[in-house]
Amino acid sequence: MPEVLRIENLHKRYSVESTAVHALKGVNLVVHQGDFVALMGPSGSGKSTLLNVLGCLDRPTEGSYHLGGEDVSKMTDDQLSSIRSRYLGFIFQQYNLLPQYTVVENIEIPLIYQGVRLNADSRDRCIGLAELVGLGQRLDHRPMQLSGGQQQRVAIARSLVNRPQLILADEPTGNLDTKTSHEIMVMLSRLNASGKTIVMVTHENDIASWSRRIVRMRDGEVESDLPNTPEPIDFSGPPLPMHLLEEAA
Amino acid sequence: MDIFSITLVSSLVILLVFLATTDKGRRGLQLALRSLWLHKLRSFLSMLGIIIGTSAVIILMAFGEGSERDVLEDIKRLGTTNIIIRSVKPTDDANTNRRQMVATYGLTYQDLEILKTIPSITRLVPMRIFPQETRRGARAHNSRVVATVPRYAEVNELTLLDGRFIVEEDDERMNNVCVLGLETAKTLFPFEEALGSSVKLGEFVYVVVGLLAERMPTGGTGGSQAAEDFNQDIYIPLQTARGRFGERITMRAAGSRSAEKVDMHQITVTIEDVDKVRPTGEIVRAILSDPERHPRQDWALTVPLDRLELVERTKANIRQSLGIYASISLLVGGIGIMNVMLATVTERTREVGIRRALGARRSDITFQFLIETMVQTGIGGLLGVGFGVSYVFAHAALKALPMAAMLFQDGSPSPILHLPSITWSLSTAVGVGVIFGIYPALRAAYMDPIEALRHV
Repeated sequence: MPEVLRIENLHKRYSVESTAVHALKGVNLVVHQGDFVALMGPSGSGKSTLLNVLGCLDRPTEGSYHLGGEDVSKMTDDQLSSIRSRYLGFIFQQYNLLPQYTVVENIEIPLIYQGVRLNADSRDRCIGLAELVGLGQRLDHRPMQLSGGQQQRVAIARSLVNRPQLILADEPTGNLDTKTSHEIMVMLSRLNASGKTIVMVTHENDIASWSRRIVRMRDGEVESDLPNTPEPIDFSGPPLPMHLLEEAA
Repeated sequence: MDIFSITLVSSLVILLVFLATTDKGRRGLQLALRSLWLHKLRSFLSMLGIIIGTSAVIILMAFGEGSERDVLEDIKRLGTTNIIIRSVKPTDDANTNRRQMVATYGLTYQDLEILKTIPSITRLVPMRIFPQETRRGARAHNSRVVATVPRYAEVNELTLLDGRFIVEEDDERMNNVCVLGLETAKTLFPFEEALGSSVKLGEFVYVVVGLLAERMPTGGTGGSQAAEDFNQDIYIPLQTARGRFGERITMRAAGSRSAEKVDMHQITVTIEDVDKVRPTGEIVRAILSDPERHPRQDWALTVPLDRLELVERTKANIRQSLGIYASISLLVGGIGIMNVMLATVTERTREVGIRRALGARRSDITFQFLIETMVQTGIGGLLGVGFGVSYVFAHAALKALPMAAMLFQDGSPSPILHLPSITWSLSTAVGVGVIFGIYPALRAAYMDPIEALRHV
């Protein structure tokens, strides 16, 4: 499988109130297409900093970061924005939908910043993704009218709309109850099974157990990097509409 | 329209087209309108400064236009090529106890002869004006007798309802004829045909040969020029007045009696060309200022054209002070908007973080908040224009309200909508949005996306 991302000897230093913090101390990580990586570690281990760098929201102080073959560690702010809108999909713990927008409009947002013209096709695509995550009946609802699980499903649909090479999930089930967490993880697993690459930060072992690879961090370094065999999932139900997920060949 | 407003309007149009045709623009506009609607009271309060500023500009400009039109019409009535010289009763000399029984002052026949020698003067219309009771049977009217020459009709562009004005022959033969002003005619002849009837003026009887249409009074704003109500007039030939009333005229009013000897109360001088009005005015002034001729200041000169200059000056003053008021209120309004936008940006920090994570560039964020401010100030401007324009049209109705007399002076000008002021104030309002929106927008754009995402 081709590489999606490659990090070599990554360092991140910053200062908080004139105290120097060395958050990442030479991290090496390669993620291949189709991986489902769980990034674990206690707070302060550097996993959030790593995720921010992976998400091109932060630039490394030292080392290189290649995403889809491009070196993004030296890019300008605008170039990073463009990388985010083309290559990455974000899923947050807080769902982070825009309260002023409806479900479909929320899903559309990345397309606007990609410079895609909004038309009937793009709208059909957004509606298709809303149906994919099971919200076909709530297209014109506002986030406030949805439950936490439903909001997170809108966020998943939004993370898919730009056909990203990499989905970054930051504690995607952190605010959800066990049953809803299960639904969300099934959805992520299905996406992964259909070829989507996912890097997920979590501190819960049973959430991490859904992944295929568990990377543990401690004090800014990778402590362990082990493959994981998730429990088999019942994939019954209609197959995922691949044309919504992949670039047309 | 001047280049300034053309530039403003065209940039507004370009902006609007851009907003309407691009997805980012449309979305930004949509979002701006939604968040405005979401915080109705807040938006209204923050727009208030802009609303007041723009409506004040519209209303004040309209009043400026109105007063300009009033003055211009007044000047037209007085005649742009005319100079009006009037006799003025001098105040009694305080040092002498001798009080004249007959007041002797004013313009003389000698003055008239000298004025006739000025080549640029094409027409001289002398007048004697004095109050006198006019009678018709049992009816009486306190009229203003105007003894003048036939050319008076040309100078003042009189409109006759019926009959004719005084002609040369009347003057030469001292005919006892008269022309009545509208009110005079109405009072004396409420039920019968006035034309051809006779009225008694002083000790003689005059035949009514003409009736005048209603005549607008001239405004009293031009220094010595007092407001005149021409509808109470009765016109007789000048020579007739000399013959019948003599040089000395006695005026009786309830319980008092006064007499005066004035050759002429007014001379209206017409100059051949507008350009020569001012120089000729100076010549006339120089002649009359000769102390041998008029030791006391018993005359006054009005050049209606001078008032044009006054109007221009007033207009420039209005513009200037308007500019200051407008800038102050727009500044205050802009600061209000900026304040609210800074609060909004802080409130929506997380939104900024989300958008940045989803691929928004700094310029996208700047643009979004800038649109929002411009929409606010633009809507504020529109509301202000709407209010201002409706005030201009409602002014007449408001003035008719019973309490309005306390607010509006009699004879204050009516506003006339000044169209360029709409484009000015509207585009200035949007411009204020840009100026005061740029800082909050940049502040939003330069937030650290990670920090912004963490914001609660």
